[in-house]
Amino acid sequence: MSTLSFRNVWVEYGSQIVLERINIEIASGSFLSVVGPSGAGKSTFLRLILGQERPSQGAVLLDGKPFPAEPGPDRGIVFQRYSVFPHLTVLGNVLLGYELAERAFTARLLGEPRRKAIEKSLALIEAVGLDQHRDKYPSALSGGMQQRLAIAQAIAKRPRVLLLDEPFGALDPGTRAQMHALIKPLWHDLKMTIVMVTHDIKEAFGLATRLIALDRVRHDPQAPERFGAKITYDLDLTRESAVPVLGFTKAEAEIRL
Amino acid sequence: MNVVPGRGARIILAMLPFILIAIIYVIGSAERRAANPDDKLLPPVSEMVETSKRLVAEPDRRSGDYVLWADTTASLQRLLLGLGISTLIGLSLGLTVGLLPIAGASFGTIVAVISMIPPMAVLPILFIVFGLGELSKVMLIIIGVAPCLVRDISIEVQGLPREQMVKAQTLGASSWQVAIRVVLPQIMPRLIKSVRLMLGPAFLFLISAEAIAADVGLGYRIFLVRRYLSMDVILPYVAWITLLAFAFDMLLGLFARKVFPWAYVEEPR
Repeated sequence: MSTLSFRNVWVEYGSQIVLERINIEIASGSFLSVVGPSGAGKSTFLRLILGQERPSQGAVLLDGKPFPAEPGPDRGIVFQRYSVFPHLTVLGNVLLGYELAERAFTARLLGEPRRKAIEKSLALIEAVGLDQHRDKYPSALSGGMQQRLAIAQAIAKRPRVLLLDEPFGALDPGTRAQMHALIKPLWHDLKMTIVMVTHDIKEAFGLATRLIALDRVRHDPQAPERFGAKITYDLDLTRESAVPVLGFTKAEAEIRL
Repeated sequence: MNVVPGRGARIILAMLPFILIAIIYVIGSAERRAANPDDKLLPPVSEMVETSKRLVAEPDRRSGDYVLWADTTASLQRLLLGLGISTLIGLSLGLTVGLLPIAGASFGTIVAVISMIPPMAVLPILFIVFGLGELSKVMLIIIGVAPCLVRDISIEVQGLPREQMVKAQTLGASSWQVAIRVVLPQIMPRLIKSVRLMLGPAFLFLISAEAIAADVGLGYRIFLVRRYLSMDVILPYVAWITLLAFAFDMLLGLFARKVFPWAYVEEPR
């Protein structure tokens, strides 16, 4: 189970208010899209869940409990760039997660445990369709392949929450569609909660079960930083809801689920 | 700008300046000899070869050592010891300062200040404190080289994308694990690059220290025979030192390419 709760969360940097009065319960297993204009605090919202940032007021809870204010293995992430390690091969990148967990000092596996970890890693690499490229370094992969690798790496730890920070933003439309087709079944099989920040409205509606929009509603021309962004729309996109899904017909959305 | 030499042409072009220098030297040397048969400034090549043979293959009459080899071993021992210790300091301290904000806050400034000390200015202090033996020479190299390496490595560590550190932590890595599995391998190519660049200064410090106080070593020999204007010894020695430095530089470069292929993927060949 992995319910995320934001309880009256404010984020302020000095006098600049980024987020104000954020209250949201993200149900376990949901796929949440976060949209909004640049500078509306989407990335801050994600960093709060990641533990990279603390709320100035309020609390972020995972299953009703606060979590340590640093990134940990229960919350995986895929960034738009720099998500994979350039000095490791495809296999090495996925294997790293297992090695870190099992050997605190050397962070390397040898012998039988290593063979088992390699088996698990290869299964993941195959799941994202990179089995032809297991011994290549990331610099030899295309952008789409690098993001697939980043996803395989992130789900190796079976995180309860997977955070996607504009993961497909730098990809061409064809590759992006492939990535959509990849992420949906993974989310379904692993039953994790996904929070995705995106600029692509179609993607936001097409993939998610719920969508929130962050924006600044109040504006003071004398002090533009005085008011932070709030949740302006909160839409339920599941089958039962009446919200139309842009570009995806209702039937198509069902098949994708 | 768009005319790119092929492999063979590249080698010929690279050799051209060397050949040119050699020709100019031979002509100059012959001219001076013609004017004054006792000229010592530009000894002919034949004389240098003669002297080199004596230095390489004949034992010294007084000590029984083969002079060039005795000098080379002594100097290389000092140089490698100094560079090796500097590299270790540069790597461990640079990584710590770059990765941990607490270490950066406490050591960053002091390292920056120390790296500004002109090493030659503290040479007398080293001789006074550590005596005239090997230790003071090795210490001079370390003082000259290590702070620069620490700064360079710490800047490189800070330049790694923040996303990688976060990602590693979401894979369950501790600070130690991030240091050895994520940061360390990625800064190794840079470390080798910096050590290559520091080879020149390291030789400079070595030869200066040997010139002032030593009884064996490449720098010692050059400054010893300077009194007799023995260009026939000095020139081969300088060439030998240059060759050694060049060989180290090339070996380190080849080693880096071999061991860290991922770091050189995007480089045009």
